[in-house]
Amino acid sequence: MDLNYTEAEIAFRDEVRAFIKAKLPDHLVDQSKLGKSLTKADYEEWHAILNAQGWLAPNWPKEFGGAAWNAVERHIFEDEMTKANAPRVVPFGLSMLGPVLQAFGSKEQQDYYLPRILNGDDWWCQGYSEPGAGSDLASVRTSAVRDGDHYIVNGQKTWTTLGQYANKIFCLVRTSKEGKPQQGISFLLIDMDTPGIEVRPIVLIDGTPEVNEVFFDNVKVPVENLVGKENKGWTYAKYLLTHERTNIAGVGFANAGLQNLKRIARLEQSGGRPLIENPHFAARIARVEMDLMAMSTTNLRVVSQAAAGQAPGAESSMLKIKGTIIRQEINALTRNAVGPYAMPFASEALDEGSNEEPVGPDYAAPATAQYLNNRKLSIFGGSNEIQRGIITKAILEL
Amino acid sequence: MNFDLTDERQMLQDGLRRYLADAYTAEARKKIEDDEAAFSPDIWTGLAEMGVIGALFREDDGGFAGEGFDIALVFEELGRIGAVDPLIDTAVLGGGLIAVLGTDAQKNVIETVIAGGAHLAVAHGEPSSRFDLPRVETTATKGADGYTLNGRKAVVVNAQSAENLIVSARTSGDIADTDGISLFIIPADTDGMTLRSYSIVGGGHAAEVTLSDVSVPNEAMLGAEGAAYDAISAMNARATLAICAEALGLMESIKTLTNDYLKTRKQFGVPIGKFQALQHRLADVLIEIEQARSAVINLAGHVDAEPSVRDVHVSATKNLIGLAARLVVEEGIQMHGGIGMTNEYELGHLAKRLTMIDHRFGDADYHMEQFIKLAVA
Repeated sequence: MDLNYTEAEIAFRDEVRAFIKAKLPDHLVDQSKLGKSLTKADYEEWHAILNAQGWLAPNWPKEFGGAAWNAVERHIFEDEMTKANAPRVVPFGLSMLGPVLQAFGSKEQQDYYLPRILNGDDWWCQGYSEPGAGSDLASVRTSAVRDGDHYIVNGQKTWTTLGQYANKIFCLVRTSKEGKPQQGISFLLIDMDTPGIEVRPIVLIDGTPEVNEVFFDNVKVPVENLVGKENKGWTYAKYLLTHERTNIAGVGFANAGLQNLKRIARLEQSGGRPLIENPHFAARIARVEMDLMAMSTTNLRVVSQAAAGQAPGAESSMLKIKGTIIRQEINALTRNAVGPYAMPFASEALDEGSNEEPVGPDYAAPATAQYLNNRKLSIFGGSNEIQRGIITKAILEL
Repeated sequence: MNFDLTDERQMLQDGLRRYLADAYTAEARKKIEDDEAAFSPDIWTGLAEMGVIGALFREDDGGFAGEGFDIALVFEELGRIGAVDPLIDTAVLGGGLIAVLGTDAQKNVIETVIAGGAHLAVAHGEPSSRFDLPRVETTATKGADGYTLNGRKAVVVNAQSAENLIVSARTSGDIADTDGISLFIIPADTDGMTLRSYSIVGGGHAAEVTLSDVSVPNEAMLGAEGAAYDAISAMNARATLAICAEALGLMESIKTLTNDYLKTRKQFGVPIGKFQALQHRLADVLIEIEQARSAVINLAGHVDAEPSVRDVHVSATKNLIGLAARLVVEEGIQMHGGIGMTNEYELGHLAKRLTMIDHRFGDADYHMEQFIKLAVA
């Protein structure tokens, strides 16, 4: 048992830190610190910087242009990035579709799509959920019917994150109604410019149009856009979900959120003293910090197993549940910390490039919006109820 | 012991619930939220004509009820429908302070308030006062023929619709003293008083109010110089009751929406309400809402009691409401899943409004501390 990083791991961490110091643009850090939303151009700027370094795809093999880091290195990288308030890397092409194409795509698909993901030519979005297929993902009904050299796609996807920026969407579609629901699903790549596709924004409770509905009305998709074999899409979808679950604990986000919370609690006054000296509030911060310390180690235990080649199973579910509970508690505490200044609706002040002065202290403006927005953490990517179900079946065998 | 409503209150509750169900549709509310005034003049007049505003004032003050149970009844119904109208600000706080402290001339406005023709806002909290009621930095300096006010007031709800603001300022004493706080009725267009208005989460408007050498005559003072704290504290208790009752109504509606959703939303071939994991959590939500109802009854029964008794109930109830509200909001959204995250679905508005209730008149942490001081330590 050794809780320290190895010398090689420390050297790697220092290399990441030096890169961040040299290359992470200040304006992106500022936006992140003030809780402002990033534009498409912001994401693309950061992707290009990482790509120039060869670090945009930490989990991809070298042959596809990835950094091919092991799980510990990826953890260090993500940890340093979130601590430095770097923008997140948009996961749809890099963490989700990329690994699926590498494992199951044709040579042509790999050669065409993977470089375009790295170069920023394509912005992918995820066409999984449907109005009737949320936690029960296998019940997708969007249909793809073979017609000569094409599939004709009809149906609706929903909760499509940042779909408004995307020019491509990977979809789970139903190609067969035979057998179990999982057996008739295929994995299809679709150009968003194809006639018959309509994207409608969904405004969330924090006032942002972060997700979308995507409608398909007789959309013609070339058969060469099928990934792998027809009716085997569920296998690829599950494979994708295991990749989506790297960094599922969100330790870096939680640490950054905790530091921000403590900073605010030092600046806010309660009874003429800094809020952080208030025993009751300090105890609530302490509780979540202690929980985070333990969860960080749980995360590292799983990361080490993964680095040793063991695929994380139900442990991912544990990390997702505990990680989201911790992050949501930090969000709630941050909202509490700003007191009455949680009330102003700060949508405009949080738009990128807005010069509108916040109503209260600048750190107060995003508190309520982030609390509301992060209720999604325990809903998406397999709700916490689904994760508990996985633990119940896989570990407890109930 | 009798927990039934009196006949008069039952009539008021039935009438108000019918009226709001009819007039206060989700479309009507969205129209209000988009409107500058942050309330519908028609609905405000409708409420006044039904006697809803009058029910918040005592007979001696021109109303016809004004007890704790009347306040609780009215605001629970407003909460059920997710109403955003500033009744707390105009009637309970503003009208309440004038009723308690006003001269006959000053009290004239109450008749207009009850008739739905006047709006008030109380500018008491400040940027660094958080929830501490006696913490007033704004100053009022006595001059030859009146007072001059300087300072800043934070998150003043309904300020932009109010013809008059009731502003607290220190005429003597140290920053956190209960003695030395005075109140002034100041017309909104008075020189030197500027408002920066904004919408607040969950509906309604508030403003940051800056007072820069604002001159007011002696007659602007409400109550005796330096002696306003007891009345502020008493009205704060009644406003806390109102907002706790509103929270209760919001919780009931969120519970109903969630209960219906569990019965109708199908995943894995069955309504999700068939899953015991969700059944038990909604059962816990129901238990906490019943606790909240009892807490509101406790406060309603003691809201006009002597301060030491009253304030124990203020803190016990507001703390419990704050904690229950968070549970109801978070479970309500979680059990709905993605649809619960959307602005368009009714739950979103109710959840936001309920969440913000913990940010007015003291949050659960603040009232935990107060309760410890008053009843435990």
